[in-house]
Amino acid sequence: MLYREAGQFKTNYVADSAIFPLREDRIGLTLIILAAYALAFLGNSFLLQAVMIPFLVFSLAAIGLNILTGYTGLLSLGTGAFMGVGAYACYKLMTAFPDVNVIVWIFVSGFFSAAIGALFGLPSLRIKGFYLAVATLAAQFFLQWCFIRIPWLVNYNVSGALDAPLRTLFGIPIMGPNATPQTRYLVVLTIVILLTWLASNLVHGRIGRMWIAIRDMDLAAELMGIRPLQTKLLAFAVSSYYCGVAGALLVFLWYGGAEYDVFNINQSFFILFMVIIGGLGSLIGSFFGAALIFILPIVLGIVLPAILEPFGMSVGADVIEHLRFMIVGALIIFFLIVEPHGLARLWQIGKQKLLVWPFPY
Amino acid sequence: MDMLYKVVVEPFVFMGEAPDLLIQTLWEGLVSGVLYALIALGFVLIFKASGVFNFAQGIMVVFSALILVGLYEKGVPAFLALILAGVAMLVLAMVVERVVLRPLVNQPDIILFMATFGLTYFLIGFGELIFGGNPREMITEQLFLPQGTTEVDMLGGMVRFQHLDIAAAVIASIMIGLLAVFFSKTRIGRALRAVADSHKAALSVGISLNQIWVIVWFAAGIVALVAGIMWGARSGVSFSLQIIALKALPVLILGGFTSIPGAIIGGLIIGIGEKLGEFYWGPLVGGGVETWLAYVIALLFLLYRPQGLFGEKIIERI
Amino acid sequence: MSFRRFGLGLAAATMLAGMALPAFAQDSVYVPLFTYRTGPFAGSGTPIADGMHDYLRMLNERDGGIGGVKLVLEECETGYDTKKGVECYEAVKGKNPVIVNPWSTGITLPLIPRASVDKIPILSMAYGLSASARGDIFPWVFNPPATYWDGLSMIVKYIGEKEGGLDKLKGKKIGFLHLDASFGKEPIPLLQELSKELGFEVALYPVAAQDMQNQSSQWLSARRDRPDYMIMWGWGSMNGAAVKEAVRSGYPMDKFYSVWWPGEDDARSGGAGAKGFKMLNWHAVGTNFPAIQDIQKHVVDKGLSKAPKDKVGELLYNRGIYNSLLIAEGIAQAQKLTGKKAVTGEDVRRGMENIKLDPARLKELGLEGFTDQLVLSCSDHNGHRAAFMQEWDGTKWVKISNPIEPMTDRVKGQLDAAAKDYAEKNAGWPKRTEACDKAS
Repeated sequence: MLYREAGQFKTNYVADSAIFPLREDRIGLTLIILAAYALAFLGNSFLLQAVMIPFLVFSLAAIGLNILTGYTGLLSLGTGAFMGVGAYACYKLMTAFPDVNVIVWIFVSGFFSAAIGALFGLPSLRIKGFYLAVATLAAQFFLQWCFIRIPWLVNYNVSGALDAPLRTLFGIPIMGPNATPQTRYLVVLTIVILLTWLASNLVHGRIGRMWIAIRDMDLAAELMGIRPLQTKLLAFAVSSYYCGVAGALLVFLWYGGAEYDVFNINQSFFILFMVIIGGLGSLIGSFFGAALIFILPIVLGIVLPAILEPFGMSVGADVIEHLRFMIVGALIIFFLIVEPHGLARLWQIGKQKLLVWPFPY
Repeated sequence: MDMLYKVVVEPFVFMGEAPDLLIQTLWEGLVSGVLYALIALGFVLIFKASGVFNFAQGIMVVFSALILVGLYEKGVPAFLALILAGVAMLVLAMVVERVVLRPLVNQPDIILFMATFGLTYFLIGFGELIFGGNPREMITEQLFLPQGTTEVDMLGGMVRFQHLDIAAAVIASIMIGLLAVFFSKTRIGRALRAVADSHKAALSVGISLNQIWVIVWFAAGIVALVAGIMWGARSGVSFSLQIIALKALPVLILGGFTSIPGAIIGGLIIGIGEKLGEFYWGPLVGGGVETWLAYVIALLFLLYRPQGLFGEKIIERI
Repeated sequence: MSFRRFGLGLAAATMLAGMALPAFAQDSVYVPLFTYRTGPFAGSGTPIADGMHDYLRMLNERDGGIGGVKLVLEECETGYDTKKGVECYEAVKGKNPVIVNPWSTGITLPLIPRASVDKIPILSMAYGLSASARGDIFPWVFNPPATYWDGLSMIVKYIGEKEGGLDKLKGKKIGFLHLDASFGKEPIPLLQELSKELGFEVALYPVAAQDMQNQSSQWLSARRDRPDYMIMWGWGSMNGAAVKEAVRSGYPMDKFYSVWWPGEDDARSGGAGAKGFKMLNWHAVGTNFPAIQDIQKHVVDKGLSKAPKDKVGELLYNRGIYNSLLIAEGIAQAQKLTGKKAVTGEDVRRGMENIKLDPARLKELGLEGFTDQLVLSCSDHNGHRAAFMQEWDGTKWVKISNPIEPMTDRVKGQLDAAAKDYAEKNAGWPKRTEACDKAS
């Protein structure tokens, strides 16, 4: 009823190959974007700073990994390190050239991690599957070691950590301690929307089809005239670009300062969870995955004591933490069993149901 | 030029000058290699029989060791605790088969891989909930593991052999030998190999996949328990041991995912390689190369042989 | 693009907004405790968390709080993970905490710039950014009673004294075994400067966080380099593993020194061979103080503590008590200064700057002889207090030296340069605008 394709006719190919051919989708999307912007003025600082900003940042990183793992079928465990490259590059750039607006540097820093990503993607031509995953672990540990060992990367800071200096956009601080959660959120939201739009064009276009062909069977793709090396390297580069930008956002617009440890192996796993739970090869799934994996533990941390306390069980913060681990672990298994194609698949099923609602016959 | 000299000549000169330290380095590498191999063995067992890349092997090492120590602290005699820890691993294997593997049968590898991530998270939370996050001491004396050191004067210096390390090497070798016999001589072992070759063919000749899975997970659990005892005796039982288990991954790559001898030889190459690298070449770049050297060795090796040392040759068809 | 993103966001929003801000009674003071009882560092984190909680809880049970105001205590589990720590900070920020203690250098660093904006003082007790000892540049950060640079200079001084004078260190070799993170690397510049000045050699042995329990290479290298002394900057399970490996590789334990973080469990893991292991400390161990006995009476015996009874009074437990002592004293001073009962973060910042824990005050608090005196001021947020050396005798820590004063002359230069550097690199670092209170 509310969600009908009937009666929407396309009169040319351009309109027909649009990403959102349905009017309802376009309206829904506009509403969501508007609402996301409205949230900046409605949400409290905890919601913006501790929930929405990291959620958006992780969604961006998940999109990056999804391009590599979901669309091109190359498993990577080095996401954390590629995020780190972006963050360190951004720090070097914006401290070396403080006059250029930091937004520019956030976008440029992604290219550095793209280059590093492509470099470590080189073995992907020969190595496949889990072997490749372990090869990307080499990138993870080697880069992490570089972050600690090269003090030049942090401008010889005594603390050995990255810190976010004050940077402004149109005279309003967007980085550094004086930037309000609101402005940070707006900046992150805009960047994420822009890059998601770009990614959606990429994966639905010729390049995306090449990636998918490589994923489904690289040998067959090669016979069809797709060059595997270039395509795989491009996937590594684009994926790392997204991760790099996400890393820069993570440190400078969320934490406001961080040690190398933020980009450790657990970060890589964390992003991988999001991609798999959200759905491999789905952009919207990246957002779902990030929401489930990042926001769920926060919600559990708040909800669990409220559930347990009425039963006279006053539990400590540590027990909550253990339960969080157990529940997240169990939920990962549960979701994989119920819907191995991820939350994105559930969303599609939901849309199908909506299509015929309220007359499901 | 100077740098080249430092990289190419100096370490070897030093090896010649102090052969006792070289022997010591090789020995330390050997022992950690054996322990890596032991962890890798758990991976291989499961991968061979069920095609699951079991990320939870690392936490199983910690978990089994914690059960052992935890039971002992509750007053259970050491050897009874050892047996109970083994039983706990059997229960774990059965639960994993029933709850994780069976519903996920026929799913892509990556989904099963992720499921073992979920299992890892669950076991971390569960283990900490029961035993707390404090590091424990492994009960070495109660299990009659030898303590102390033998110092051997040789080659103009002294080499120290920890009795515990010797025991670790011996026990690991026995384990590996037993597993080899188990795989080649027993009925179950042959069934395991049949399953590894082809699930469908094995099913059609009447081998129960579910039963086999329980057996391999149990075997991997026992291997984990032994690895946990050995690592625990060396450096205490705590959840950070789980991270060391990641070192088993390059070992696997080197040896191939499906080969037991591969896991052992891979373990030794990685163990000795990273100790030599750290000891002789590490100081040139400020040390700490051990964290990534193993992976880089594995990576370079893969470029030459993408299926690992003993892995099955990859044949691709359309 | 995400369709349900916003729906999820809104659902979470309403939920969080409703729950994150429970109303607190006006006559209470909210003290969040960032703790970690999980993760690889739990071995160090748990006793500290117990000590911190139990002391403040004891004040609640015995005196009904501080100055008649009840303390609302809440633990937030960080797992020593920066991500969770920042999340904890955001979660407690809305509840008007009077002070936060991150208990991790990694969590402290992102919080430092926020403190002055959010008006929440940070207590990073003998960890965090050493440069934050400068109260004129970091008005909201406190790191008493000594910085890592102070600590290193004390160890070097002690070694020098044992050798018969600092000049005797010439030609010696000092090994520095450290966690390969900013925490462990912080003392290195000072160590190198001292080595140039005093003519000793330095050998660095970094231990990566993921290899904390796998230190055989480091100790093998130590056998090659034969350092005359070994200094350790470790945390969590690294300490215990290091003691074990030192014993295994036959390093003379009486030449093995550590900064103030190993606990009894760490030393115990070396077995009998760990005898002679030395570390810095600045407070007593044991329960032989009226306040700690009160903790046993009012908290532990009533089952309000998570600590096992025999762990009360151990080193890291008492470290937690010391941390809470500073919090309590900051609150008490703030009440005195402002005349208010329910003080705020801004008041407590002033209170912290007026901390004066002299022997008389310690006696009043039931902690006579627990620690050396500590006086903080507007410009000095650290105190740079002396610490003493203690030795492991196989079963317990024994104090073996008088308080060792840090080499202030050498440390100060480093400290000032670092503070200046920090403020310069963070363009727009605010000048201190908070007025100083006259020392009372």
